[in-house]
Amino acid sequence: MRMKFEIPDDHACAGGKGCDCEPSVAHVGAGGAVDPVEVGRRWFLKTAAAVATTVLAPGVTLMTFAEVDAAHAKPAGEAVSSRRRWGLLIDAAKCKEGCTACVTACSNENGWTSTGHPATDAQWIRTLKVTSRSDGSTFQMPLMCQHCANPPCVDVCPTGASFQRADGIVLVDRHICIGCRYCMMACPYKARSFVHEPLQDQKPYAPRGKGCVESCTMCVHRVDAGGTPACVEACAKTGNVAMIFGDLNDKTSEIAMRVATYRTTRVRADLGTDPGVHYQNI
Amino acid sequence: MLRMRHWTRLVVAVALLAVVGSGLVPAPGMAGPPQPAKGRGDKCVEPTDWMRRFHMTVLKHQRDDTVHLGIRTEKHSLKGCIDCHQVKGEDGKPVTVSDSRHFCRTCHDYAAVHVDCFDCHASRPGEATKTGGATDSPHAGIAVGPSDVTALNRYLEGSGR
Ligand code: SF4
Ligand code: SF4
Repeated sequence: MRMKFEIPDDHACAGGKGCDCEPSVAHVGAGGAVDPVEVGRRWFLKTAAAVATTVLAPGVTLMTFAEVDAAHAKPAGEAVSSRRRWGLLIDAAKCKEGCTACVTACSNENGWTSTGHPATDAQWIRTLKVTSRSDGSTFQMPLMCQHCANPPCVDVCPTGASFQRADGIVLVDRHICIGCRYCMMACPYKARSFVHEPLQDQKPYAPRGKGCVESCTMCVHRVDAGGTPACVEACAKTGNVAMIFGDLNDKTSEIAMRVATYRTTRVRADLGTDPGVHYQNI
Repeated sequence: MLRMRHWTRLVVAVALLAVVGSGLVPAPGMAGPPQPAKGRGDKCVEPTDWMRRFHMTVLKHQRDDTVHLGIRTEKHSLKGCIDCHQVKGEDGKPVTVSDSRHFCRTCHDYAAVHVDCFDCHASRPGEATKTGGATDSPHAGIAVGPSDVTALNRYLEGSGR
């Protein structure tokens, strides 16, 4: 039997610093067509350069993804551009009920923790348990800021604090936010939180403070450094791999290929917000 | 007696002026010119005199570039200042802005200018997390009530499948 993810002989760069071949031209099948499986495999190999694998037991492999994927690292001095649109694809069928790895990872990464006020504590990401009213079947899915292309939060913000980066990531500029919370009311996904308590010892790369509204930043500090959002990384570590992150504009990225291949949906797509977060099996 | 006291005062005043003027350690109980902690390298990213006067300008420029454009160069970043000018406390860890020895506080206290930066920003260096998976749960024990779930279900079922 042919092993999955075998590194072909002609792929000399797979084991080294990471492949710098153009994904669209490298290692395609006969006829030169870009084969989705091949591109998916190429993505894996590219990532695999930064992955440490340990075989725990026959058939059980522990994979540790390195923080940085050289594939999308940008020079620190370069501005983000609209050539990219960062997005997530979340497969609810792979999201295990009761698992909160993504929520915990986000909280640890960005430093939002309980202040003992459950009704108002910040929640950048939460898991929802969805139950069908007709047959009672349930599934779980994570929900965070959907990084809308037409974000209502930005529309209503009176100060310009709520804004969209060129690469589609929606953020709050806390230097400008006056804490009016219009955006919280406007967001159809209840993705935003207001910080009610004074905070100390924030994460150096994730400033946050009392009096401002905040929400999922798609781990913008990691993304700018070529990394992956903390939730995606944590989900992969559980082995569920329900979330993938990538550039929706790059036709050869895994996320774009999957969105083009499978039927994905967006939460409340009818609202026309055009979220960057896609779901499968919801 | 009276004449003696005048004479003593004069001597004390002259002595104090000499101390302050020479930039040495001020007399106890007297605020001397601030002595902010030195950075790690040989010199600051800009000339020190210029930074004393204009550091807020570069920081503000950098903050806009970083938040809106994702430009994350270290040279004029607040994180850079904090990393380089850290002051270690008794426990060997860098002190936060709540400690009067903190780099920013030495001058800001002297000039009586409140620093707002640290309402949101970390005032001491910290390591970026290398992994996303720790075990403490942020809202452990907070259950979502059945009515919330029903309301969300209704909401989600309106999605454009
Ligand atoms: S999900 Fe909410 S907070 Fe996020 S971009 Fe859309 S409207 Fe704004
Ligand atoms: S709370 Fe802040 S970000 Fe939200 S609408 Fe008001 S000013 Fe804008």
